[in-house]
Parts: sequence; structure tokens; C-alpha cells
Amino acid sequence: MTVAVRVIPCLDVDAGRVVKGVNFDNLRDAGDPVELATTYDEQGADELTFLDVTASFAGRDTTYDVVGQTAEQVFIPLTVGGGVRSVQDVDRLLRAGADKVGINTGAIHRPEVIGEIRERFGAQVLVLSADVRRDGRGGFEVTTHGGRKSAGLEAIGWCARAAELGAGEILLNSMDADGTAEGFDLELIEAVRREVDIPIVASGGAGRVEDFVAAVEAGADAVLAATVFHFGQLTIAQVKDALRAAGYPVR
Amino acid sequence: MKRVVVLDYGSGNVRSVVRMLERVGAEVTLTGDASAALAADGLYVPGVGNFHACVGALVDSGGAAVVRSRVEAGRPVLGVCVGFQSFFEDSTEEGGGRPGLGLWTGQVSRLRAPVVPHMGWSPVTVAAGSTLFRGVEDERFYFVHSFAPHSFDAPALVSTAEHGERFVAAVEDGALAGTQFHPEKSGDAGAHLLTNWLETL
Repeated sequence: MTVAVRVIPCLDVDAGRVVKGVNFDNLRDAGDPVELATTYDEQGADELTFLDVTASFAGRDTTYDVVGQTAEQVFIPLTVGGGVRSVQDVDRLLRAGADKVGINTGAIHRPEVIGEIRERFGAQVLVLSADVRRDGRGGFEVTTHGGRKSAGLEAIGWCARAAELGAGEILLNSMDADGTAEGFDLELIEAVRREVDIPIVASGGAGRVEDFVAAVEAGADAVLAATVFHFGQLTIAQVKDALRAAGYPVR
Repeated sequence: MKRVVVLDYGSGNVRSVVRMLERVGAEVTLTGDASAALAADGLYVPGVGNFHACVGALVDSGGAAVVRSRVEAGRPVLGVCVGFQSFFEDSTEEGGGRPGLGLWTGQVSRLRAPVVPHMGWSPVTVAAGSTLFRGVEDERFYFVHSFAPHSFDAPALVSTAEHGERFVAAVEDGALAGTQFHPEKSGDAGAHLLTNWLETL
């Protein structure tokens, strides 16, 4: 493997403002996604992910503006997800300045949209975002509504199907591990890795630098985290140092 | 100030291309207008998505003819990603029927690697004497692609990268150049490379 393991901070954006606390001393406005994105870029982030959690259409317009402003100042790839349901939604985000677009519930409701997006823009723009939890029977299931509802879909099969339909990457978020800071769900990563040959971004549960190394050993091509970076508990450089020490290439 | 036209033929996210070229000091116009594209000091040909769809749009919009005229006149052209691929003869990507511009011999074909697309930052083995990579020979650049040219037969500066196997990452062939990676998304390294290109204009 010569391609570097990507370390990706994730920002939850609501009507143009970063939500989920951000705690950096040197920021003028911790709620400003553009300033935060610039800071992460300077710290060596390999990509940025914005998750648009805006409920209203009006608020969503503000998010498009923020994506545009970020793309004008930050020259690393930007993935934007949240509320994407159609080719038109993808078109709008790409025009705003996103490089990749994440799709989650929209693909669960209508899997054909994956193929439609691939046809128009290519697989490389499309990230299948899967919120996965353990199903209590030794397997994994896809959830919606932030992990509260079952989508009635077996998760590993869903990831494989999405890859076949035309997703270019999987953002694999463990809802069980999310927020625990006790490490990624390694069995989940291993199970998806066995079934798909598109890149996997591991998400949910990062607490210590060792967690990131373990996720890559389990088969992740990239690692994503929010809280540990936002609160300054870990820096991107620390994560990369640990990956490098474990023998993985980093930028 | 060097005048660069980013060729607008309906392909992909060109906003960051424009912004990056402005950052490195170019006077940038995003247009599909042939006379503007012919007159510019440099022409930047972007491209994402399916090879054949991209080439189709490039040819049908008149952009391909502009590229040919410029190359014949020795006026600089830089193609990026599928824009770069379109300079070759053809691609094995599905949805065929629109062959490439054939400015370079050779085929674009699918990467053979355990994980595809090749998505992320990779080092480039830089051709000796490269102008584009001067000062950034040891940097990583951002790639996102499933297909690539794998060989280059003519005399030119050919830089390579590896993902499962070696492929052509950049070509400098007089006025005609191209990169498989995205300089506009490659942070400071990409900015440096584009500065090098501007200096050749």
C-alpha cells in the first residue's frame, strides 16, 4: 500500500454553524465551519467531511454557502453529506464546491439512486454513508434516525450491494461505538472489508491514537473522527505519528 | 499576469480549480468559448466521471478542436484526471463509443488493485528533468480514479505512481501536459505544481 491512510475530521453543520462542541483556544469563532476547516487543513487533515444536520430547507441553503466558502479557501477534498436524495441534490452540492457527496437514508429508500448518480457523475463522487449497529443476533443492521430506528437491512450485504450499484466509497459509522471513545467496531470493519473492494472510511468510537491504528489493521483505508479532534484531545499529527510508527504510509 | 482559461464543457466541480489557479496568481476565466480558450496563455482541461461521457462533451462542445489547435500551435494545455485521460486514444471504461482525442498513443484501462477507486494521497516517481514537479518531487498528490493509462511510448517526460500496479501519473510532452491526480485538491504541493505550470506559459 503506497496510498496514504487518510485522517479525516468530521464537522456537523446545522444551518451554516458547526454543532457538537468545538474547543480550540486559537479559534475566533468555533462555530464557523470555514475557520475550523482552514485550521484542520493547516494541521494536516487529508480530507474534510461536513455532515449537514439541518432540518429546514432555508437552513440548507446556508450550508451550501458554507460549502462554497470552504472550497474557496481550503484546497483538500471536501465531502458533504446529509439530506441527499437525488441526482439534483448531488449536482447542487458539487456545484457548491463539494468533491464527494455522502448519501444515507436516500439510498435506503431508493437504492437505484446510487446507479443514477454514478451514471451522471461517476462512482468517485459518491460515498455511501451507513449508520450500523449490532443486531443482537451476532450480525449487523443498518439504522436511520441517528441509530434509533432499524432500517430492516442487513448491514454487510447492504454495503456490498451499494458498492455494486456504484458507490465509490463507504463511510462506515458504528452507532454502538459512536461517542464512546472506546475504539472503532473492528469486527464491523473486518466484516465489510471481506465483502467490498471500494475504500472504507471507519467512523465512530475513536478515543486514543491506538484506536486509529487498529481500525486500519482491520481494513479501513481512512479514519474519521469528530469529538477527539474538536476538543483537542488528539491532534491529526498525533494520529499520523501513531499510524506511521505502525508502518502505515501517511501524508 | 498569466491568463488561463479553465475549459467549461459541463464537467464536474470546476469551482475549486478556478480558485486554486487564482491563488497561485493566474487571471482565470471559466468559459467554453473557443476564441477565449484559443487566446489564453494556458488552457486547463478538467474532467471527472465517465471517460466516454467526458470525451463526448469535450468533442461536442468544440473543446476538443480548441485543444488540437493549441497543441498544433505549441500553446500550453494542461489536462487533469479524465481531462488528462481524454488525450489518449481510448479507454476500456464501460459506455464506450467515444474514443479519446488520440493526441497520445495508448489506452486508459482499469486499475488492478485490491481496493479501487484509488482514492487518496500518493507519492509520484518523477521523471528526470520534470518542470511541473520541480521543488515538489517528494510530495504526495491527491488521486481519485479507477482507470489510468499504464504506458507511454513516445519521447516525453513521464512520471508514474503506484496503486496495485504502476500507472502514468503525469506526462509533460512539450506544450501538452496532464496529470492523473488533482493538483487543485493537493494542497500546497498542488499549488506549487500549478505555479510551475504557470511559469511555462
